[in-house]
Amino acid sequence: MNSQSNLKEVDGSVIVRDTSKHKAESKPFLSKKNLKNAGLFTLFVGPVFLAFTLIVLIPFFTGVYYAFTDWNGVTGAVQWVGLDNFKYLLFEDKQFHASFILTTKYTVVAILLTNLIGFGLALLVTQMLKTSNILRTVFFMPNLLGGLLLGFIWQFIFVKGFASIGELTGIPLFELAWLGDASTAFWGIVIVSVWQGAGYIMIIYIAALQNVPQELIEAARIDGANRWQVLRHITMPLVAPAVTICLFLTTASSFKIFDANLSLTNGGPFKSTEMLALNIYTEAFVNNRYGIGEAKALIFFLIVAAISVLQVTISKKREVES
Amino acid sequence: MGHKYTGRTFIVEILAIALGLVFLVPFYYVISNSLKPFAEILTNTSALPKVFQFENYVQAFEKLDYLNVFTNSLIITVTSNIVLVIFCSMAAYMLVRTKKKISHVIFMTFVAAMIIPFQSIMIPLVKTAGNFGLLNSIWGLVIMYLGFGSGMTIFLYHGFIKGIPVELEEAAIIDGCTRFGVFWRIVFPLLKPITVTIVILNSLWIWNDFLLPSLVLQDPELRTIPLATFFFFGQYTKQWDLALAALVLGIIPLLIFFFSMQKHIIKGITSGSIK
Repeated sequence: MNSQSNLKEVDGSVIVRDTSKHKAESKPFLSKKNLKNAGLFTLFVGPVFLAFTLIVLIPFFTGVYYAFTDWNGVTGAVQWVGLDNFKYLLFEDKQFHASFILTTKYTVVAILLTNLIGFGLALLVTQMLKTSNILRTVFFMPNLLGGLLLGFIWQFIFVKGFASIGELTGIPLFELAWLGDASTAFWGIVIVSVWQGAGYIMIIYIAALQNVPQELIEAARIDGANRWQVLRHITMPLVAPAVTICLFLTTASSFKIFDANLSLTNGGPFKSTEMLALNIYTEAFVNNRYGIGEAKALIFFLIVAAISVLQVTISKKREVES
Repeated sequence: MGHKYTGRTFIVEILAIALGLVFLVPFYYVISNSLKPFAEILTNTSALPKVFQFENYVQAFEKLDYLNVFTNSLIITVTSNIVLVIFCSMAAYMLVRTKKKISHVIFMTFVAAMIIPFQSIMIPLVKTAGNFGLLNSIWGLVIMYLGFGSGMTIFLYHGFIKGIPVELEEAAIIDGCTRFGVFWRIVFPLLKPITVTIVILNSLWIWNDFLLPSLVLQDPELRTIPLATFFFFGQYTKQWDLALAALVLGIIPLLIFFFSMQKHIIKGITSGSIK
């Protein structure tokens, strides 16, 4: 491996020829060339790796340690408490259980709706409409705004806009106090995230749909397949890889929802819409129970990691099959 | 591709436009109400404003300290992008071209860390950052964006650089160019398409990010647009006239960015997502 790579290396190709001649006799580790290469390597990779270590790696591993302590973030005294934090989370912390179930429920609903609507929009705008380009822009636009601004926009829509539409049309759905009730507030968050995410997912599905060979579809039509059959038996299987990508993209982003949750409901009414990320945040920075917050964050990490590993495994498998 | 514009297409078109309008409704409500006096917002939420008045904007602009927070957001986003592009392209290049075990290990560490959710890092991060004097400073925040963005940025550069033939660089070296020179004069210009994608993805993320700056920047003078909007909403709850104007002021830079870079953005999202 090493001798091969020596030849491939770009640096000082003249020298490379030189050393390859002497390779058999001696290959000192601290040769001038090796040192120079190591220096260059450090110069190129070092700065970002240093920042990455400082900002990501060290906090991550100290975080894992803190999950087993009673750290409160204020006093210097940090006591090792073993699995106490996890026992507390498992058996006592009802709010954590509620957040966990809520986040799971929300993730499932958000994945389904975002992908269905995103795929539907992609089908719509690839229909040779005169307004296709403008519509693409319109459907995508909410995605530009961060979750925080979106939550505030919709706070106004739910509080004032819906009330006004309800008054004008008399449709009872709009006359509800959407954010004042646990179940409608939940759907409020779903609406906001679908409004934001569908356009993003649409872009990926459009790219996939455009790769479906037009001749295949035309041939099937000539053979007498109707639109639904074409969609079901030709288009869908061909865009399946994009579906996998989108499913996992939406799973990860839904599971980690924080900004829109904070700005739209702030977990209310009465913590009934507090998702996991917000629950961790509150535990650490409002209740100042850093140890327990870290234990939650560790569980959170394990779930997200499991989802990502599953994603990589499945897409790798797909690549091999196709 | 030559399809006829049939009656069916027309019906689909009408449906699609209707759906598009539904998507735009929230924007309509926010913008039209931001131009109304408070009383009119309460009584006439759905109608267009009777008189277009910009009083709300004048007040929100001042109370948000808009010029300042906009500048903060801009400085943070631009600097972080520059730092990310410079250091990550260099690192990715070296990791691709040095065929050693250590390159592989470092690269895999960057990639693996991409799955760590921010919530799992944020609590000790605040402490570490405090120890290194990174809190309450724009530079500290930029270094954090370098750390957090490095995974995806290096990953995208790495994939792209693998496709660049090494012969070009070898020729330059024979001509007496240094390794540093090879990278900046020959390789970096070739990276332009992926650099555009990376800058767009990172800009949208950094510009809109709320949680990290909220933990790092406590000084009101240093607030970014999302932070300022958040505190403004907290302070002026239910004062919709000011809150909505502030919201639109927060949205405008994003819309300008989007309409000036639309093609690149769509392309960037497509290539960035299919990793």
